[in-house]
Amino acid sequence: MKVLVAVKRVIDYNVNVRVKADGSGVETSNVKMAMNPFDEIAVEEAVRLKEAGVADEVVAVTVGSAASQETLRTALAMGADRGIHVVSDEELQPLAVAKVLKSICLEEMPDLVIVGKQAIDDDSNQTGQMLAAMMKWPQGTFASKVELNDSKAVVIREVDGGLETVGLSMPCVVTTDLRLNEPRYASLPNIMKAKKKPIEEKQASALGVDIAPRLTVVSVSEPPKREAGIVVEDVSQLVDKLKNVAKVI
Amino acid sequence: MSVMVIAEHDNSSLKLATLSAVTAGLRISETVDVLVAGSDCGSVAEAASKIAGVKRVMHCDDPAYAHMLAENMAPLIVSMSEGFTHILAPATTAGKNIMPRVAADLDVAQISDIVDVVDADTFIRPIYAGNAMATVKSGDAVKVITVRGTAFDAADQTGGSGSIETVSAAETADSSAFIGQELSKSERPELTAAKVVISGGRGMGSGENFKLIDAVADKLGAAVGASRAAVDAGYVPSDYQVGQTGKIVAPDLYVAVGISGAIQHLAGMKDSKVIVAINKDPEAPIFQVADFGLVADLFEALPELEAKLT
Amino acid sequence: MTEREQMEFDVIIVGAGPSGLSAAIHLKQLAESSGLDISVCVLEKGSEVGAHILSGAILEPTALNELLPDWKELGAPLHTPVAEEKIMFLSEAGGLSLPGVFIPPAMRNHGNYIISLGNLCRWLGEQAEAAGVEVYAGFAAAEMIYDDDGAVAGVITGDMGVNADGTQSANFEPGIELRARYTLLAEGCRGHLGKEVKQRYDLEKDCEPQTYGIGIKELWEVEPDKHKPGLVVHTAGWPLDKGTYGGSFLYHLENNQVAVGFVVGLDYSNPYLSPYDEFQRFKTHPKIVETFKGGRRISYGARAINEGGLQSMPKMTFPGGVLIGCDAGTLNMPKIKGSHTAMKSGMLAAEAVFEEWAEPSRQNPEPASYAGLIKNSWLYKELYRARNVRPSFKWGLIIGTLYTALDQIVFRGNAPWTLSHGHVDHEKLIPADQSTLIQYPKPDGEVSFDKLSSVYLSNTNHAEDQPCHLQLRDPELPVQHNYQRYAGPEQWFCPAGVYEFVEDEKAEDGVRLQINFQNCVHCKTCDIKDPNQNINWVVPEGGNGPNYPNM
Ligand SMILES: Cc1cc2nc3c(=O)[nH]c(=O)nc-3n(C[C@H](O)[C@H](O)[C@H](O)COP(=O)(O)OP(=O)(O)OC[C@H]3O[C@@H](n4cnc5c(N)ncnc54)[C@H](O)[C@@H]3O)c2cc1C
Ligand code: SF4
Repeated sequence: MKVLVAVKRVIDYNVNVRVKADGSGVETSNVKMAMNPFDEIAVEEAVRLKEAGVADEVVAVTVGSAASQETLRTALAMGADRGIHVVSDEELQPLAVAKVLKSICLEEMPDLVIVGKQAIDDDSNQTGQMLAAMMKWPQGTFASKVELNDSKAVVIREVDGGLETVGLSMPCVVTTDLRLNEPRYASLPNIMKAKKKPIEEKQASALGVDIAPRLTVVSVSEPPKREAGIVVEDVSQLVDKLKNVAKVI
Repeated sequence: MSVMVIAEHDNSSLKLATLSAVTAGLRISETVDVLVAGSDCGSVAEAASKIAGVKRVMHCDDPAYAHMLAENMAPLIVSMSEGFTHILAPATTAGKNIMPRVAADLDVAQISDIVDVVDADTFIRPIYAGNAMATVKSGDAVKVITVRGTAFDAADQTGGSGSIETVSAAETADSSAFIGQELSKSERPELTAAKVVISGGRGMGSGENFKLIDAVADKLGAAVGASRAAVDAGYVPSDYQVGQTGKIVAPDLYVAVGISGAIQHLAGMKDSKVIVAINKDPEAPIFQVADFGLVADLFEALPELEAKLT
Repeated sequence: MTEREQMEFDVIIVGAGPSGLSAAIHLKQLAESSGLDISVCVLEKGSEVGAHILSGAILEPTALNELLPDWKELGAPLHTPVAEEKIMFLSEAGGLSLPGVFIPPAMRNHGNYIISLGNLCRWLGEQAEAAGVEVYAGFAAAEMIYDDDGAVAGVITGDMGVNADGTQSANFEPGIELRARYTLLAEGCRGHLGKEVKQRYDLEKDCEPQTYGIGIKELWEVEPDKHKPGLVVHTAGWPLDKGTYGGSFLYHLENNQVAVGFVVGLDYSNPYLSPYDEFQRFKTHPKIVETFKGGRRISYGARAINEGGLQSMPKMTFPGGVLIGCDAGTLNMPKIKGSHTAMKSGMLAAEAVFEEWAEPSRQNPEPASYAGLIKNSWLYKELYRARNVRPSFKWGLIIGTLYTALDQIVFRGNAPWTLSHGHVDHEKLIPADQSTLIQYPKPDGEVSFDKLSSVYLSNTNHAEDQPCHLQLRDPELPVQHNYQRYAGPEQWFCPAGVYEFVEDEKAEDGVRLQINFQNCVHCKTCDIKDPNQNINWVVPEGGNGPNYPNM
């Protein structure tokens, strides 16, 4: 069985992002970048499937600039077997990424695709679902548990208010939620070995898919600052305000 | 402009998030149409038709839609999309599951989690976990959108008189099947999903004193959280922690008790709709972000609050 | 004992700062020009190269010119030449500028560049990798390996995935033994392995104790009309009292950015002194505040700095390795510059190590030629001339300043005597009951801020579930001694709010020490200034700590 995972290079989750003064976006120069945390979970899940003897190959794909190779290397250091780097200097939107992944899937014919439920930069939460639609495959989004048996995937999903279990025929797309697993540390020897694993480069523009952006970012601004409200006299007044002014209880 | 809102429901009642999506829809167009797809969900269609601003309810009743599986919902929505300029759904796990699939089938972008409508093509949505707001403009003919519930008031559930139209099922897939669900039964809602959260800080003084918080939480149906200081002091386990390195919550009501309000804590709850602070130190930074501040000894205020809540 | 994998290199370098990276690059250059292949591994505890680098910084490009003469073509991030400089003596309400002609020649900045040292290191890291150096960020050197003859044989990287109680988590990943013929310690000021090696081989027996300062820095984006690229301002005086050594720096970089920082000598005596709050207060001075009004603070951090100079430099070689850069204390204090000297010391170490390595018949455990190379370099001359400036400030700001003018302008650093520091920093505190409590003004939220909002901007992070990396030799001392006698100085000197004395009914004395190690920005001040040397700073999990951009 072949598992394909998609990984994205994003601003490290420890870094507090700063909106650029001119409102054109957020500051990324000299900012620490890392693999999207949900994608780490995806890689971990795929590697565990391989270690359990269920999968025999894990292929990691990234779409992005030359620097994204670093992220692909991290996936390889965590245990993916080989990488595919779809080079694009423009940041692609989810629809375009899904199209790129579709063309990779048509070539690689994986049995299972695992991606993060969302990237922590644009917070879109779309790519996996879009890829599944384009491939006409079923999807198990926000997975907190994945079990594979006889060409079927049983996925426990984190939904509002609880958990939902779905059965999917394979191939299918799974998107990861936080509780699916805790990703491993890439060890030093594995990082060294990863340097020798193969990475195939492709140009996004050469895949013959429409990657033009559909959304224009007009501006990016800081979120409105919260203002101090009022100080209430006592508990009665507080309860009254919550009931009658804020209407939250 | 013509707007379709996808209703979220459990086949017997409408989920409130739908009402916020309707409000967002009404910012784009004077009336909206609502798609209610489910199994034996007549009462939901009925309820949807009464929402103020709803012109028409498209009611599709078929066992295939009982659990709103994306593989079935998306083709249905696509089949109904003719003539609509906007398709909106609440940004719930269900909406987020379905709408990207709809967008991909229509070959349009999807716009996630909008918090404001600038005009019919332009929307504001949080990025970087709410640390920045992006204003995005769509060039697509159809806008497929999910709507953040807390950002729009709920539409009125009465006053509407929409027509109810029965529509037939679209093609369904058997590649995916609902097996079961397990809704959290615990008395306390999960922190990240709760509508009300009440958190204690170092001011609680001990783990034992958290029972004062529990008592109020019981009354409010609230989840209980804590600041890092309270976790570090061993008052409560670390999965209570709200903040930069803990859980990020955005409930309708957040009550911070005995919490100073360091920025690291604020990072985890600043998107809450209403913030209440109870602290005996009037200088505590938490008061700078609180909508309602109460300068009081929490050991007196909490029992009193509990007593006054019905 | 944990089973550890082993790996061999010819040379291991601990720390990807200017010294470590210069040594690595130069080793590769030397090997290349002799047609040899030498394997060099650099370990960096920060999540990436540059993540833990905090400096002013004005770079004197001397060493860089020698290391990579074509740095301009290679795209080195030196964008802003120094254009104008001022020294100001501040009083509470006013200030007196010292005209440029009175600035001692050695302290002038013509020909230097205002840079982000973090970004220079990022670039040096790329140059090193291009030259074939293996650079591993996110891996801390946690322990030394000693061979049977007692020589250093390499380092062990930190274990990952250890629970707070010391047990192994499901993700436990044991550290690796990295063995090498030579280990270069380039951890910067107060390196924790350097500290161990100095003690083990008694490297400080012939020098004075090292003295330190703490430097706290912020990066601002100021309103465009207040921005003067290339402007350098240094101040002395207010808000510090006359007996406390310290001052500020203010450098205008590119893109409307201004680096502002404050250094306080760690030989201060009042336990209530808070370098952090002195810095916040400094920014509100009428001569300073205008620059920042309407601006936006974008980063914050702190780092200890060596002040001892030549007198305090230990023997720099030991069996199996060398101390380089600020790990050895090569900083030039009157200039407050240590990057160029750190780089030079790294390059010379590369030469000494390469000489031994290229001659396999030699079996010296120590790269013997290093001391001579240092002594004959401009690095030594420079530190020699600078040696009397810092110690003269033990007499206070006024005499120190007058003495410095004499020493630097009349004697040009060649006075026939050498002043002694006469102290160890951690012994200088005066008990709280003999000291005056300092009332610092409340932060205004516009130019001055509370500590935790500042820490937030350092992007520091430590996995919560790991053993505390601030180890107390005696867990009772903080309350019984530091708190009772000195009012808990760690809560004031730590620039990140790591140490808090909190009321606790259950504690014997009604208070206990709370260590918020997650906030730590790795400045090392607590390891230096704790009155009993009770705090031992060790490395946390690799990749943890600040994530400085452009610092
Ligand atoms: C506030 C301030 C202002 C300054 N201004 C100037 C200036 O204007 N001009 C100037 O030239 N100099 C200035 N300096 C001094 C200059 O920054 C230092 O001299 C220089 O950084 C020393 O270089 P280094 O390579 O020895 O150490 P560092 O730059 O400290 O680098 C050490 C590196 O080693 C890593 N490390 C440490 N321990 C370990 C370990 N155990 N395992 C793995 N990695 C480890 C650290 O993370 C760090 O990246 C200033 C310093 C400060 C604090
Ligand atoms: S704990 Fe020590 S090393 Fe860490 S920031 Fe505080 S003083 Fe610096």
